[in-house]
Amino acid sequence: MTRYSAFAIAREAFRDHLGWRRAWASPEPRAAYDVVVIGAGGHGLATAYYLARNHGITDVAVLEKGWLGGGNTGRNTTIIRSNYLQDPSAAIYEKARSLYETLSQELNYNIMFSPRGVMMLAQTEHEVRGYRRTAAANALQGVETEWIGPERVKALCPIINIHGPRYPVLGALWQPRGGTARHDAVAWGYARACSRMGIHIIQNCAVTAIRSRDGVVTGVETTRGAIACRKLAIVVAGHSGVLAGMAGFRLPIESTALQALVSEPVKPCMDVVVMANTVHGYMSQSDKGEMVIGGGADGRNDYSQRGSFHHVEETVRALIETFPILSRLKMLRWWGGIVDMTGDRSPILSKTPLGNCFVNCGWGTGGFKAIPGSGWAMAELVARGEPGPLAAPFSMTRFREGRFIDESVAAGVAH
Amino acid sequence: MLLLTCPYCGIAAEETELAPGGAAHLTRAGPEASDAAFDAYLFLRDNPKGPHLERWRHAMGCGKWFLAARDTVTHEVYGTYPAQTREPPAEVVARIRARHPGWSWRSAG
Repeated sequence: MTRYSAFAIAREAFRDHLGWRRAWASPEPRAAYDVVVIGAGGHGLATAYYLARNHGITDVAVLEKGWLGGGNTGRNTTIIRSNYLQDPSAAIYEKARSLYETLSQELNYNIMFSPRGVMMLAQTEHEVRGYRRTAAANALQGVETEWIGPERVKALCPIINIHGPRYPVLGALWQPRGGTARHDAVAWGYARACSRMGIHIIQNCAVTAIRSRDGVVTGVETTRGAIACRKLAIVVAGHSGVLAGMAGFRLPIESTALQALVSEPVKPCMDVVVMANTVHGYMSQSDKGEMVIGGGADGRNDYSQRGSFHHVEETVRALIETFPILSRLKMLRWWGGIVDMTGDRSPILSKTPLGNCFVNCGWGTGGFKAIPGSGWAMAELVARGEPGPLAAPFSMTRFREGRFIDESVAAGVAH
Repeated sequence: MLLLTCPYCGIAAEETELAPGGAAHLTRAGPEASDAAFDAYLFLRDNPKGPHLERWRHAMGCGKWFLAARDTVTHEVYGTYPAQTREPPAEVVARIRARHPGWSWRSAG
């Protein structure tokens, strides 16, 4: 496979760019694999990548019912941060953020990681206390964040209206090494690296049943035939409940729609990511100049990948108050994804009641930022059959045992 | 916008008048129940792709809780009925089965 480099671009420029090859192969599925990963989104591909890279397991197939990275990996607002309150969250999200720092070099694929800084606005006294506490927790966890006042907020992001009227900006939790990355490129980069190591990525291959014998998984039925496997990893986000049903257990998860939208492109006016959790909107500016906007998830169960109109209205209405500059912008595109929400808004990386079947889900509204760390921890869980230190707190039995990792209260609403 | 007819006041309420309340017909585990039963009641959900029996409150209207059968893929509403109901009415089940032959309501959870 061609290594991407400045030299490769120069070489291809001299031969009409005829030498570029497909970034990943599309092989026919074999009858059996050591490990089958269901879901070729960021988390599934990262799981496969780290299975090969960290554990030497390359007899792996990644099955995708649609196209690679076409689910939530291609539908998010690309924000990367790790300023969580609880220790297990900070550990896995900071692992992910730190892997993002060098992911382009590692994968030899430009994921356009842009550590432009993420600020979470405090617009009530309650939030001020909450974020000051988070900043203190982050200092103990080794996550670089700081509490900044409203003048610094205005200096970092001049288009903010910090004076209200309803919700004046009282300060912010600032993570200077948070930022954004090119979401599709993360999936494509992992896919290319997986393919290079001999992992099979099989698209348009929906799993229709999960086979087991004596309580241990033996394989899957798919729209492209039966595939046997020794271990199975379910990494399907919004459809986790459907796959869990096939495997014969239930999850503490409900699927709802979360939507995002982008404006027409405008000149550069904002070089940080801003999250306003009280009014429930978050925004950054893409390299193309579009304002990328996200808001709250719908409250009802939903598999339709389309959110409700009134949530868009609420999000935009809230952001216009904080960013009056937006009020004349036209919105270009609008889409939804199906997010898998747990009760404590923390993910599940866990063994399941079915032997040799593992599940990675529950990332809810904040999965993109976690992709490298999630894949790292999931690969360890699948390879060893037992969770490592990153995954152990996120067992699906934590609800029954009362070990919540409660980010729904701690981190505000938006993730 | 999603419209649900409140079975108490008869108004075809817009979604903004309503507050969603999650899955319906859960078996409430009592003090003597096992850990597994509490786990099922408090946390585990069917989360179906298709017909879903769910609770709603007519929050900006009469304020009462009611139940609805709604499809989570198409948003088709198969019917609404009062919350004081242990299982979905026959006509609602019939409407669901017209779309999803063989659909059965899981009574265990």
